[in-house]
Amino acid sequence: MTVKTEAPPVPAAMTRPPQANAKKTSWTGLWFVLPFAAFYALFLVYPTFLGLYYSFTDKSLTGRAASWIGLENWAEAFGDERAWAALKNTAVFTLWSTPILVILAIVFALLVHRARKMGWFLRMAFFAPFVVPVSVVTMVWTWIYQPDGGLLNHYLQLFGIQDASTPQIWLQGENGIAMWSVVITTVWWTLGFNFLLYLAALQTIDPNVYEASSIDGANWWQQLRSITLPLLNRTTAMVITLQLIASLRIFDQMYIMTGGGPNRETEVAIHYIYIAGFEGFRIGYASALSYVLFVLILVVSVFQFRLFSRKED
Amino acid sequence: MTAVQERAAAAASAPPAVRRRRFKKPTVGAVIVYVAATALAILWLLPLLWALSTSLKAETEASLGQDIHWWPRDWSIEGYRILLERGDHLTWMLNSTIVSTIVTVLTLVLCTLAAYGFSRFDFPAKNIIFGAIIAGLMVPAQALIIPLFDLVNALHMGGTYWGLALPQVVAPVMVFILKRFFDAIPRDYEEAAKLDGAGHLRILWNVILPVSGPIMAAVGIFTFIGSWNNFLWPMLIATDPSMMTLPVGLQAVAGGYGLFYAQTMASAVIGAAPLLIIFLIFQKRIVEGVAGVGLK
Repeated sequence: MTVKTEAPPVPAAMTRPPQANAKKTSWTGLWFVLPFAAFYALFLVYPTFLGLYYSFTDKSLTGRAASWIGLENWAEAFGDERAWAALKNTAVFTLWSTPILVILAIVFALLVHRARKMGWFLRMAFFAPFVVPVSVVTMVWTWIYQPDGGLLNHYLQLFGIQDASTPQIWLQGENGIAMWSVVITTVWWTLGFNFLLYLAALQTIDPNVYEASSIDGANWWQQLRSITLPLLNRTTAMVITLQLIASLRIFDQMYIMTGGGPNRETEVAIHYIYIAGFEGFRIGYASALSYVLFVLILVVSVFQFRLFSRKED
Repeated sequence: MTAVQERAAAAASAPPAVRRRRFKKPTVGAVIVYVAATALAILWLLPLLWALSTSLKAETEASLGQDIHWWPRDWSIEGYRILLERGDHLTWMLNSTIVSTIVTVLTLVLCTLAAYGFSRFDFPAKNIIFGAIIAGLMVPAQALIIPLFDLVNALHMGGTYWGLALPQVVAPVMVFILKRFFDAIPRDYEEAAKLDGAGHLRILWNVILPVSGPIMAAVGIFTFIGSWNNFLWPMLIATDPSMMTLPVGLQAVAGGYGLFYAQTMASAVIGAAPLLIIFLIFQKRIVEGVAGVGLK
């Protein structure tokens, strides 16, 4: 394990010029880092390698002895149509939800930034859902989506958009209806976080920039396009990467609201891993599936990492 | 009366704060902004208000087949009474409080120590350890559930508070955020304290922590919210109802209410209340925290 490896104490100390006397190489710092490093090694590094090992075995949740089966799990995973479908559903969810979660967050942040006198109330309204537990979110939205007597169908019928004799089935609706229902719920639930990121970014923009362009006769749309949005680029890049990572890990809402239905249209990657491991008892196979997802998330995370590290300079 | 006089009269009668603003006439754009923002805010609050409204109706009034109305005709707290008498929700709330508190306290202590160590000392293998921890930013906890589940059971922590809490403590991102903050604190005070003979822990406690209030609050609040709302891990570990956290418990009984919608929504309101209250109290800190985590 890398964490416990003791490299010869050369690099950090030697490359530093001698006059930087604030830091001296000693063991003291290690004692501060050690408690976290121990937790980290036990609950993150070790399981990461344990999972990799399991993926080459036929380990089962039933506890019988596992044996090495080489690449069998991996070969099966790459040929598993249900796994590909789950990845596709995850991608569909990501593609549908991310643009809304970015654009609406910008719109809300721009509005709240302008409507300063109501700032407190607006921030509260838009961010509050984010602190609500997922099972409460799904309870409330399942009730709203109820085909008979649910709030949504009631208003659709009231405004004449829907015929009362054929109420729409949302959470088990085929051809993407169920997926859209989950997307809408997720947007409502998690938009507040992106919104706050954008609002914070807007508040760092120097108002003088706008004044100068107003004198030049720029209207608000030109200002938005040529000043505000470019200045938000970094935030947008961060929001999109965070959003992609969160979407690849999506599970809770689908598991609770649709159970993956109808016809597995909303069965996502983590859900299938859960099914393979905890319902099918196939720990080895589920570990191989996890690693496929892991690699995908890793690719996206590299972008996030570069964003974070660029901030350092 | 001329326009100027009108304004002067209005200004004289208005309180000082308003007076200054009176000179700015609201533009059409501003009116549109305020109307749109208010409309969207109300739309955003509707699901929560609908849950609250349903929970305060009598069961016959709330159920399916009844007409939809927002203001309860027959106010009733029957749903809440039944749930609280049964007591499960209080148990789960207590479990969530215990687990989230363990996670938050341990995260703050471990991450602060580690961040301080990385920020202020050179020690053997420092860069390797830091690199390994930063690499952990990219490891998704959800992809680790299977080996973690196995590990926690092997440690005989399945179904215990420790099994629920400890795997959630590993938060490389918090080490990263705190280190970045500590790096920006000038060393002068520490040098002075060192001359007075203070040890490293004393310096951390007396010099660093007092100026790190906002960032510590942000890290603490986000860790607490994240842990409180965690669903997948507690669902795997806490299979016994008496050990369930609030989100898991709520989900476990959600189907059991059948058509009792007032009761279901009372359950939802009880589930949402603790963090909503914390959020309202700490709103400013949380907003600053998001800004700080995202931008600094």
